Amino acid sequence: MRAAFAAVLAAATAIALAFLVLPVVAIFVRVPPGDLIGALGHHVTRDALVVSLKTSAIAHAAVLVVGTPAAWVLARNQFPGRGLVLTLVELPLVLPPAVAGIALFAALGREGLLGDELNALGVQIPFTQAAVVLAVAFVESPFYLRGAIAAFEAVDSSLLDAARTLGASPARVFARIALPLAAGGLGAASALALARGLGEFGATIIFAGSLQGVTQTLPLAIYAQFEQDFDTALAISALFIVVGALLLIALKLYPWFRFVSISRFRFVTSTSS
Amino acid sequence: MVPLRLDFALPLRDFDIELALDVGTETLALVGPSGAGKTSILRAVAGLARPWRGTISCRDETWFDSESGVNLRAEQRSVGYVFQEYALFPHLTVEQNVTFGGGRAERLLCRMQIEHLAKAKPGELSGGERQRVAIARALARGPRVLLLDEPMAALDPHTRGAVRAELHDLLRELELPALLVTHDFEDAAALADRVGVLAAGRLRQVGTPGELLGAPADPFVARLAGANVLSGVAARAANGLTGVLLDAGPTIFAADAASGRTDVVVYPWDVSLAREAPDDSALNHVRDEIVSLTPLGNRARVRLRLLTAEITTASLERLELRPGEPVVASFKATQARLLSRS
Repeated sequence: MRAAFAAVLAAATAIALAFLVLPVVAIFVRVPPGDLIGALGHHVTRDALVVSLKTSAIAHAAVLVVGTPAAWVLARNQFPGRGLVLTLVELPLVLPPAVAGIALFAALGREGLLGDELNALGVQIPFTQAAVVLAVAFVESPFYLRGAIAAFEAVDSSLLDAARTLGASPARVFARIALPLAAGGLGAASALALARGLGEFGATIIFAGSLQGVTQTLPLAIYAQFEQDFDTALAISALFIVVGALLLIALKLYPWFRFVSISRFRFVTSTSS
Repeated sequence: MVPLRLDFALPLRDFDIELALDVGTETLALVGPSGAGKTSILRAVAGLARPWRGTISCRDETWFDSESGVNLRAEQRSVGYVFQEYALFPHLTVEQNVTFGGGRAERLLCRMQIEHLAKAKPGELSGGERQRVAIARALARGPRVLLLDEPMAALDPHTRGAVRAELHDLLRELELPALLVTHDFEDAAALADRVGVLAAGRLRQVGTPGELLGAPADPFVARLAGANVLSGVAARAANGLTGVLLDAGPTIFAADAASGRTDVVVYPWDVSLAREAPDDSALNHVRDEIVSLTPLGNRARVRLRLLTAEITTASLERLELRPGEPVVASFKATQARLLSRS
């Protein structure tokens, strides 16, 4: 009985690991590393890489700049309807990305909610690089906000009170105490959001289309190359796997980083609780 | 001008704090069980909690006045706040902690004898060192009021005595109105000029430690000060004393006058123990049984069924007391204070 159960456990673990690892390994087995690097030089890949890096950088910067203060406000203030607001923030997490694309259309398209205002300003968003930025920001921001709110909530409020009694303005309390103490959690949330943004597909293809050199990001290029040039699609996929693995390793190392950068923080909170 | 004048009401979850208290250039300790509202009072003074009515003023400066709508923000009030567990900034060095609010660190670090720790992080410090950093930080901006929340609670029992003596000297030297909060009457009596006993947001009694011990206003204050409180019924006795028939059985004689339902207050350090009732001037001899023995440095606390005695370790050894054994507890009639329940 005992042996049978152990065998079932071992089999389940082996199947789960094989199922998750095999496809990833297959990408590297199918094409030799030299060919992969060569395919990265392909003009479709290069164009997509430029579009992806540019749109992700802009979207991610905007998410950090707007999201960090917003997360601080949501983490530190009790107000009626706070639970509802936090749920709304997380809603895009559970939406299919295609729905996000349609929603952006409904809001910012020519016939959308803000369509008349945008037309009057002579601004057209769908199928431009701006649309890619908006789509990426829309799908990645909940990942950042969730993590950032949790990071700010974890900051011991007596430290914030202490800073205030020492004459610090709200801005100084935020910059000198809250930000440094939440830095580890903010970094982790930022990395997860960045990874999600780089991989964005569904909302982008609906709201921004897939024009090479304009709106075609790396995931869209994989889809475009899938039937024409499978090796290029493989090469881009391999690139994603490498970047993703590096991000995960950085996240796994993050507790260690935090221990070095703001040493003893965890020790202090664990003894005082 | 009163250095610190408090007269406010602050609603908490289970009760309201109603406090009227003038603090001079002295150390005033607020003592009470946890949940009595002690920390909330400090937070209101610091501007971290907002009373719903009343005034808080520091000399000629109004910090809070519900009627005129004055409510200075925490960063505008000149308070030095030593938080419970000290709330040192873990990512900053001792020096950066102390100078966070401005000012220079050297003199204060020297005064607190922690100049060698200037570059250390709070996580590397012992409890006593953290307390010194917290006090140095609170004093760095030259506050007009000092607030201390359980400054002794995070310390090991064996460093407590020395730290308490140092803190006592420092508080005398500062000449600031200082409001200190603690659940420990001994700490309060050792550190403060006056002690206020707080229960459920109300002050039961304010006075010097001696006044509180000598004339506790009610059984709550007496218990908090460490006394045995035994209830019974008082009647005039033939010997000119008052006899109190305790609910628990024995009769206690006291010099105070009382009648009807009465509480007898006896301090553990006034109770002596013996194997047999001694033939001495003490009038009260209670036959009892030992429940537990707790050593306290050079003394020992002996808990009996009816009351608690504190005796020297020497007499503990001489009597060879063990839990479960019978013993006679003795104290003088003048050492039994009576509180009438009228």
